[in-house]
Amino acid sequence: MRTKQKMPPQMANGSAKLPTWVDIGLLPLINVALAFVVSGLLIATLGQDPFEATWIMLRGAFGYEESLGYTFYYTTNFIFTGLAVAVAFHGGLFNIGGEGQAYIGGLGVAIACLALDQYLPFGLLLPICVLAAALFGAGWAFIPAYLQAKRGSHVVITTIMFNFIAASLMVYLLVNVVIKPGQMSPESREFASSAWLPYMHEALAWFGWEVAQSPLNLSLIGALVCCVLVWGLIWHTRWGYEIRAVGANAEAAVYAGISPSKIIILAMCISGALSGFVGINELMGVQHRLLLDFAAGYGFTGIAVSLMGRNHPVGIILAGLLFGALYQGGAELAFENSAFSPDLIVVIQGLVVLFSGALSYMLRGPMERLYLRLRPPPPPPIASVEA
Amino acid sequence: MKKLLTILNASAVLLAATATVALAADKMPAVVFDMGGKFDKSFNQGVYDGVEKFRKETGMKYREFEVKNPTQREQAVRKMAQRGSDPVLGVGFAQASAIEKGAKAFPDTRFAIIDMVVMQPNVQSIVFKEHEGSFLVGVLAAMASKTGKVGFVGGMDIPLIRRFECGYIHGVKHAMASATVYANMTGTTPSAWNDPTKGAELAKSQFDRGADVIFAAAGGTGIGVYQAAKDNGKYAIGVDSNQNHLHPGTMLTSMLKRVDVAAYNTFKSASDGSWKSGIQVLGLKEGGIDWALDEHNRDLITPAMKAAVDKAKADIIAGKIMVHDYMSDNKCPK
Repeated sequence: MRTKQKMPPQMANGSAKLPTWVDIGLLPLINVALAFVVSGLLIATLGQDPFEATWIMLRGAFGYEESLGYTFYYTTNFIFTGLAVAVAFHGGLFNIGGEGQAYIGGLGVAIACLALDQYLPFGLLLPICVLAAALFGAGWAFIPAYLQAKRGSHVVITTIMFNFIAASLMVYLLVNVVIKPGQMSPESREFASSAWLPYMHEALAWFGWEVAQSPLNLSLIGALVCCVLVWGLIWHTRWGYEIRAVGANAEAAVYAGISPSKIIILAMCISGALSGFVGINELMGVQHRLLLDFAAGYGFTGIAVSLMGRNHPVGIILAGLLFGALYQGGAELAFENSAFSPDLIVVIQGLVVLFSGALSYMLRGPMERLYLRLRPPPPPPIASVEA
Repeated sequence: MKKLLTILNASAVLLAATATVALAADKMPAVVFDMGGKFDKSFNQGVYDGVEKFRKETGMKYREFEVKNPTQREQAVRKMAQRGSDPVLGVGFAQASAIEKGAKAFPDTRFAIIDMVVMQPNVQSIVFKEHEGSFLVGVLAAMASKTGKVGFVGGMDIPLIRRFECGYIHGVKHAMASATVYANMTGTTPSAWNDPTKGAELAKSQFDRGADVIFAAAGGTGIGVYQAAKDNGKYAIGVDSNQNHLHPGTMLTSMLKRVDVAAYNTFKSASDGSWKSGIQVLGLKEGGIDWALDEHNRDLITPAMKAAVDKAKADIIAGKIMVHDYMSDNKCPK
């Protein structure tokens, strides 16, 4: 009925031979380190000091309050889109449409805000906006999901196409419908302040903790809540079990009384809803208006985040943090030294994706052999010989 | 008394001079390019050319940043101000809200923005009278036309492009009251700035209806318009930068919008102390808008045409001709 997507079983379940801490802790770290070594060589060939560049990036990402705020703000987006990719991935689906789903989710948020911000207080508006983001994101994922489940149209192709459709739709709406009259830039009017999600520096100030201003807002907490919910959903509910069963083997799942088409639609809609929450962070949290291109590639980066995080919420938080740091540290690098063009920073990010995503299994074999040699299966303690 | 005044004056000048030197030493100007990037062959690149000229002439370095997502606009503007950059130049109307917030947060820093007005006491807003330049090329188009029919191809249908269109129509009718102007917009989305195929189609349809000169104010789409003009043996008019060299013999002229001059002037005036906040409207008089005459189109411009356009230019500068600004009332009187 549908084309089965090949996926190594370790991808979702971890390696049989390696303990978990090596698999999801050490291996990704080594891969990231390799990526940085290659980036360093590249930077050195361009006549710049790679150690200085690394230091600027690290300090720019974590060194002071404002930079931490930006890093966590990007991380928030990546957690949402990373979780979105992961949920679909557990169901054996490769959802590349996070970009479009985030964009349309933002449209939902904006419609709710523009329609209701004059009438409702923040407390009532927020749940409506969250619901709107989820519904619009899920709705945009539903059509490719339905086509995959009932017609066998491959979800990779349809979700990519839906990204383009989302972009065109948003341009049309922004230029012709929601544009604030009498201005050149295609943007909606600014939301009333009842639709502004409090910034983290405002929220912390309520508790008497003064931190520097940054776009980080309370959506980060929402993102962490989503991590817990996704963890519960995938590993502790019947739906999660069914999603994983279909992902592992759709034909076998049928014999367990599971309807793969129902599960495909379910997993994709949950995935789309999670992507849609990017709209909460971006529009209610930071921009306070609907504008072009606010999704800015977060949906695509979510794929790398999820792959790197081994489709597990904890891994996704860590990978999201890494990519947040790369975004913010990279911007800092461009500020400090104009020899680092934004394109070079994209190259560094690409190398991280290459090593930790595409080449993530390159080191698995050697690591397994090394691990087995260092720690042979029978437990007698011989570690002292090594020391 | 007079002597005292002179001394006072001299010391004031000296003070001002030292102040400027101090300013030049520890304050570095900064520019924040928008999402197109500084090598977009159009608007951002014009600014880049201007600030590079400033760097080469004065030897002063500047900070720069190219934004990659909407959040970075405000981040970049704030960061530049935090680092003590002065002035901070934002490129394009999309940066208006970032500049406004930055100007409020850093009242002692000078800001500037091109193509948009931000009303803050420490912001210089630079806008152009595109309609004046469009008027001049309209005069040239009407005089070069043998059929009495000319065309206009706009990019994205936004008020700014209608301002070009309206000025052009005004200029054409000024030179030849009976002339017909065909006007088309390429589209309503940003892709209309970069659709040479559709530009060529629109140009061909206007040629088929009898037009023999077309003015394109459409960014990359214009390339298709110019190619169609060359293929059909007609004339085209370029926009923003001097595009005469693209197809010598086909390009009648180009309407120049000197964003490079604007960027250069902002940095220059800030470094020599003559910088002023408020709205700076650059038109023909200020040299921000002009038409291009060089070795590529000298043969196409007859002495009569040159005399007419020079007179129109002088009349606009003198205020004898008032070119209607579409954006003043969102209307174009016929």
